[in-house]
Amino acid sequence: MADATLANAEGAAAPSAVAFIKKHMREYGILVAFLAIFSFFAIATGGDLLRPFNLTKVIEQQSFIIVMSVGMLMVIVSGHIDLSVGSVLGFIGGLAAVLISSGLDYRITIVVCLAAGALIGAMQGFWIAYFKIPSFIVTLAGMLVFKGLTLGILSGSSIGLPAEFKSLTTTFVPDLFGDFGKTVLGKDGIGLHPYSRFNTLSLLAGIVCAALIAFSAAYSRKLKAKRGVVDEPFSLFVIKTSLICFAVVGFGYLLAGWKGLPNILILMALVVGVYHFITQHTTVGRRVYAVGGNEKAAKLSGINSERLTFLVFANMGFLAALGGLIYAARFGVAEPKAGETLELDIIAAVFIGGASMSGGVGTVIGAVIGALIMGVMNNGMLLLGVEIQWQQVIKGALLLAAVIFDVLNKKKAT
Amino acid sequence: MDAILEMRSITKEFPGVKALNNVSMKVRRGEIHALCGENGAGKSTLMKILSGVYPHGAFDGEIIYEGQPRAYRGIAETEADGIIIIHQELALAPLLSIAENIFLGNECASRGIVNWNETRERTAKLLERVGLKEKPDTLVDDLGLGKQQLVEIAKALSKKVKLLILDEPTSSLNDADSDALLDLLVEFRSQGITSIMISHKLNELSRIADTVTVLRDGAAVATMDYRSGRVTEDDIVREMVGRSLEDRYPPRAPKIGDTAMEVRNWSVRHPLHSEWLSVDNVSFNVRKGEVIGVAGLMGAGRTELAMSIFGGSYGRDIKGEVWINGKRANVSTIPRAIKAGLAYVTEDRKGLGLVLDQSIRRNVPLANLDAIAQNGVVSEAREQAVAEAYRDKLRIRCSSVEQETVNLSGGNQQKVVLSKWLFADPEILILDEPTRGIDVGAKYEIYTIIRDLAAAGRAVVVISSEMPELLGVTDRIYVMNEGRFVGELPTAEATQEKIMSLIVKTKEEPQHATSSVQMESAHG
Repeated sequence: MADATLANAEGAAAPSAVAFIKKHMREYGILVAFLAIFSFFAIATGGDLLRPFNLTKVIEQQSFIIVMSVGMLMVIVSGHIDLSVGSVLGFIGGLAAVLISSGLDYRITIVVCLAAGALIGAMQGFWIAYFKIPSFIVTLAGMLVFKGLTLGILSGSSIGLPAEFKSLTTTFVPDLFGDFGKTVLGKDGIGLHPYSRFNTLSLLAGIVCAALIAFSAAYSRKLKAKRGVVDEPFSLFVIKTSLICFAVVGFGYLLAGWKGLPNILILMALVVGVYHFITQHTTVGRRVYAVGGNEKAAKLSGINSERLTFLVFANMGFLAALGGLIYAARFGVAEPKAGETLELDIIAAVFIGGASMSGGVGTVIGAVIGALIMGVMNNGMLLLGVEIQWQQVIKGALLLAAVIFDVLNKKKAT
Repeated sequence: MDAILEMRSITKEFPGVKALNNVSMKVRRGEIHALCGENGAGKSTLMKILSGVYPHGAFDGEIIYEGQPRAYRGIAETEADGIIIIHQELALAPLLSIAENIFLGNECASRGIVNWNETRERTAKLLERVGLKEKPDTLVDDLGLGKQQLVEIAKALSKKVKLLILDEPTSSLNDADSDALLDLLVEFRSQGITSIMISHKLNELSRIADTVTVLRDGAAVATMDYRSGRVTEDDIVREMVGRSLEDRYPPRAPKIGDTAMEVRNWSVRHPLHSEWLSVDNVSFNVRKGEVIGVAGLMGAGRTELAMSIFGGSYGRDIKGEVWINGKRANVSTIPRAIKAGLAYVTEDRKGLGLVLDQSIRRNVPLANLDAIAQNGVVSEAREQAVAEAYRDKLRIRCSSVEQETVNLSGGNQQKVVLSKWLFADPEILILDEPTRGIDVGAKYEIYTIIRDLAAAGRAVVVISSEMPELLGVTDRIYVMNEGRFVGELPTAEATQEKIMSLIVKTKEEPQHATSSVQMESAHG
């Protein structure tokens, strides 16, 4: 076994950049598409897209979608679908409002709501995993049921939420450096937003994140080199990593021009990071992909596919509840119509991000980028004043195009 | 000599591999032309080019058919010219009837309205021609594999076939069905239909082939005239592997120890039809260092027996006891069976053995993920080391362990499935048709692996429909028929005739239990 760890000749000689991109078109395609769409709207809106205030808004708008598409990614990878998440989001928002208005502490309310979400997911997962009822049917039923229950607990009207609850998503991380930016840089709100103070923490966080990303990328490349499986050409690696680092620092810089780091961004990053790790680096993640790729083979390999499916749906319910809390806090109100058709946006984000309908394929990062693409398009079209009906048409066309691209690429590969 | 087909200097490249390199081949009108070669030698690729699956322009070289150069753009064009291919994996719609399948896409219809009477009549005639005694309205799902194969051939006949291509037509058929199929090809020859047949079974070739072309590593290395009578099976094997195989089975010196597993009074009911006993009161044992065989016809209940022992993955109302190393073992679920030291290597490697769109690296540790993980976190370095170790040990031919298993040849896929179970480190391995559909060279390698496993003190159970294989690799053979064990022989005393007579004898006795399997074999 020792000799196998030695670098082999195949891996040592990395192929040319062009050949590599061709081979990995699926992974790069989504990133390139995101860059193209982002740049397009940045230019078309005359830089409005990049305004710190606007970027913060995009983050807030997409936060619950991103959190939920992470859960949906796992559902879709395991070979299922969850149509109920929009309704569950609305229901949890309603539940939170009812509990708080009945005098329950908002912190306890949050815990109760998250548990309720996990329970809802578990209930649906139970039928799907152990009774083999198609997930499409079970969650379609769930969608109707929870839409109805939301109406029921809210008695058909909206309930406002207290400020302390709202502050969960609408506040920002305090700038530890106070007036440092002002004193050193000698100006207030450099250029992009004249009314705010430059937030040094935000810029610093961007720089630290970029450094961490660069470091971990280099480290994992080194590990791969040790195993002899580096297939990404060095030039491409440098370009890709520096682009990402540049984007992160730039993002931190832009946010610094408004109120700094939104709390919600931290929460989102945490969720994405944790689930990226789970799916890519743990045995549970491996098993989810195996079950989605070939459930029978996975079962015969001793993988408890029923329990795994059950857990994936329970997790989806948990993340839908988290999404519901964010949503309610963001709008400050629980309303019967909250979350309607949201499941479609989430499912679309996951497919745009490269997941496969037949299961076994897809990544958390892809789903997040898919959600960001949708967010940037929504926001960009709004800024450009594109009418709502055309927004829908364009988003639909984008979904179709993304999947066609994916399918064609797959065909070429085999 | 009148050639119906000539393929000249065919070269086909896939990313990173040259599947075919300057292959030329000539097929005479009205002959049965056999195409042999190891897995990955390029046989299927060559036939896909001929049948238009890879269109003109996707490869280099020329196809001359009926004296004309052709540039086929797809299957529709080759079919119009009477070139019909029947793939190894049958392409029938299971929930449609025989008649509907035969005329699928080619319906007897006028202005879009199907004429069902004509469809049935023509189907009945075609079924008669292929010797299939079934009604045109029978669902394909209700037919065994052998009969489905005949439906495919009837479908080909409905299209006025001139050149019939069969990709390993008998690989999943039992002996009786195979014989019927081969007779049919001979019959077609007398009617002037040319056939090209890919096969690994040399005894079949010697029975019916007129000419044999051997491919090796993407090149045509020999074309031999079988009718001259001077070509032997050994000649073909030598050309296929590029060396002569002195013996088709590796020599072994068994060192047999204590009983590893004992199964007592095992009975299993059919999962859907609970009145059928798929396995009926079976008892057997296997000792450390021993290789036992389970012989029988297709559908005798061997797979059902193995899968029901392996965590109850087949059937219901499972009764009986499993003892491992002298202790009663709990094998009621697959994880428990694995923990008890069992491994089951499936006969259906694509459907049940592999996650096809994942790499070798990710398939190998699947049955023992915890061994490459710490606190649930997978070490990719360890995973790769494991995959590469097995690649080297079992000689899995691949560009790297990152290659997706869907792109491997059958023999190499089988080695990946074996790797997965070897890594789970079982004491008892049940191998279900371990060499089905793989070539002579790879078979020898699989036999060597089996021998080495036994030599390392493991107990091995080999289920196989190929009797020479059982005689070549086992120490003891159980004979199974219609859900029951009907005999046990030391391999040293066993012959194909003895095994066959055990099977036939029990068939003549009146039966008290009925099983789905029975129905199948009774018809077959």
